Amino acid sequence: MNTGRREVLKTGGGLSLLALVAAAGWLKPEAAHAADWNKAAFEAKTMDETMKALGGGAPAQSKDIAFVSTPDIAENGAVVPVGVTSTIPNTQSIAILVEKNPNMLAASFDIPAGTEPSLTTRVKMGQSSNVYALVKADGKYYVAQKEIKVTLGGCGG
Amino acid sequence: MADPMRIRANVDASGVTEVKVLMNHEMETGQRKDAQGKTIPAWYIQTVTATHNGKNVLTGQWGPAVSKNPFLSFKFKGAQKGDKVQVTWVDNKGDKRTDEATIA
Repeated sequence: MNTGRREVLKTGGGLSLLALVAAAGWLKPEAAHAADWNKAAFEAKTMDETMKALGGGAPAQSKDIAFVSTPDIAENGAVVPVGVTSTIPNTQSIAILVEKNPNMLAASFDIPAGTEPSLTTRVKMGQSSNVYALVKADGKYYVAQKEIKVTLGGCGG
Repeated sequence: MADPMRIRANVDASGVTEVKVLMNHEMETGQRKDAQGKTIPAWYIQTVTATHNGKNVLTGQWGPAVSKNPFLSFKFKGAQKGDKVQVTWVDNKGDKRTDEATIA
C-alpha cells in the first residue's frame, strides 16, 4: 500500500488550514504564541520610548502610588522584590520600570475590575537605579519612583 | 515540559483573596555570555494570566528583567473558599504551563 501518499495528503491539508487561519488574521506569524505581548514597549530604552510604545503621553507624578515591601538597598540585584500599590480610582494597569536596565520595562500588569491594584514581584537590576511604578487609570498615566541601591549587579556573568 | 508552579491562595475575612505564585523558569535575559563568550539566547516568560472560575483576574506581560524563578503576588475580590485559581504562563519559545490551586 502507498501509505506515504496518505501522509502527504494529511500534512498538506493541515498546512493549508494553518495558512487559511494565518490569512484570516487569527495568527500573526511573528507573535503566534504571545499575541498580546507588546514587543516595542519591552525593547524601548528610555521612558519616552516606553510611553510611546504603550500609547500614552508623559505620565504625571502621583503620591497615590506606593512601593510596599521594596528595599532601599538590595544586596542581590538578581532578585529585587518590588511591590506596588495604587490608590488611584479605576486603576487599569501597573507597570514596573527600571531606569538603568538595558530595557526599562520589566513587567506590566492589566488589572481587571475586582482585582486590587496591588501586587508584588521580583525583578533584576544591573546597577543602582531609579525604579518607576507606572499606573494607568481612566486612560491617564501616573508615575512614582524610588531609588534602589544595588550592591551586587544582577546582569553579570 | 516545564516544572510545576507553586500556588497558594487564601481568602481573608473581608473577602479578598491573596494569591502567591512561584514559577519555575530560567528567565535568561539574552544579555549574558557563556564561558566561550557566546551570548546565551534569551528565554523568559512573556505573558502570565490568572483566572478564577474562568474569569480573568490578572494579565501580565513580562520582559527578561523579571527574576529567575519568578514570584508574583496579587489580590482580588469575589472568590469563595474552595474555588479554583488557575495560572498560566507562556514564554518566548512558545512553551506554556498551567497550574491550579484551591483557595483556602
